[in-house]
Amino acid sequence: MDPLDRAIVNRLQAGFPVVERPFAAAARELGTSEDELIARLEELLERGVLTRFGPMYQIERMGGAFSLAAMRVPRADFERVAGIVNAMPEIAHNYEREHDFNMWFVLATETREGIGAAIGRIEAATGYIVFNFPKLKEYFVELKLAV
Amino acid sequence: MSAMNDMIQAGIDATDRRIVLATQGGLPLEREPYAAVARAAGVPAGEVMRRLRRMLDCGIIRRIGAVPNHYALGFKANGMSVWDVDDARVDALGPRVGALEFVSHCYQRPRVPPHWPFNLFAMVHERDRGEVGEKLAVIAALLGDACRGHEVLYSTRILKKTGLRLAG
Repeated sequence: MDPLDRAIVNRLQAGFPVVERPFAAAARELGTSEDELIARLEELLERGVLTRFGPMYQIERMGGAFSLAAMRVPRADFERVAGIVNAMPEIAHNYEREHDFNMWFVLATETREGIGAAIGRIEAATGYIVFNFPKLKEYFVELKLAV
Repeated sequence: MSAMNDMIQAGIDATDRRIVLATQGGLPLEREPYAAVARAAGVPAGEVMRRLRRMLDCGIIRRIGAVPNHYALGFKANGMSVWDVDDARVDALGPRVGALEFVSHCYQRPRVPPHWPFNLFAMVHERDRGEVGEKLAVIAALLGDACRGHEVLYSTRILKKTGLRLAG
């Protein structure tokens, strides 16, 4: 990444305008051109430096729910279970972690009841218990990586 | 989220939903992305922008922007630290842990006895595990005797990272 890439990643984590030509507006701030910014974003997404670019929806504010859940999956069965879990559209992220609780995923469903239903389907399909850790309080959320 | 925002009726109608479906995978990378969304959603461009602004104002959209892959950016140590904090003190201490500049997410979550005694989760992303360890010492010092124990769970693989998806 060159200095312009870094500036783009830093600046565009903070927000993007809702105007007719938003790339032109953001490019002016970054000291580059509209077309160059678009090309750089395409490349950053293609290289996997960015996982996505766009609106981040808060499903809870649309009447839905998020939850964090975890499973303890035996090593030998891990890939099968990961395949089942990842195939579900309700799973937004899934991480393998180094722990007895070795699979951690975030569920996002359009209704509050959807979380329990999705967990039930995972338990039925995998044969393992899903531990649900819905947030009780949100103290802070803001992932901004300075690069 | 401010109390004011909490009072705004946050909900989406069928038109909003079409806009969500057209943008949840990302914004089109072209000069007039909202016009492209308008074509995909079958909604006039001005209406798309007005509705996106409303969804931003009431917190349905947290923000519009770039989501970095922390591994690709060199933040290879992703530590989910979990703490067993006195229930009477967790609400006072949680915001202070969240306010530490190196903590990206901080939540109170339920314990699941006897399997899981931890009720405070704080995510720490650093370049290596040594750096994460230094940051955990700062959190431990802040929590002091309100904390009965903690662990850190490092991620070893991203199995999936798509963000939320409403079914079309």
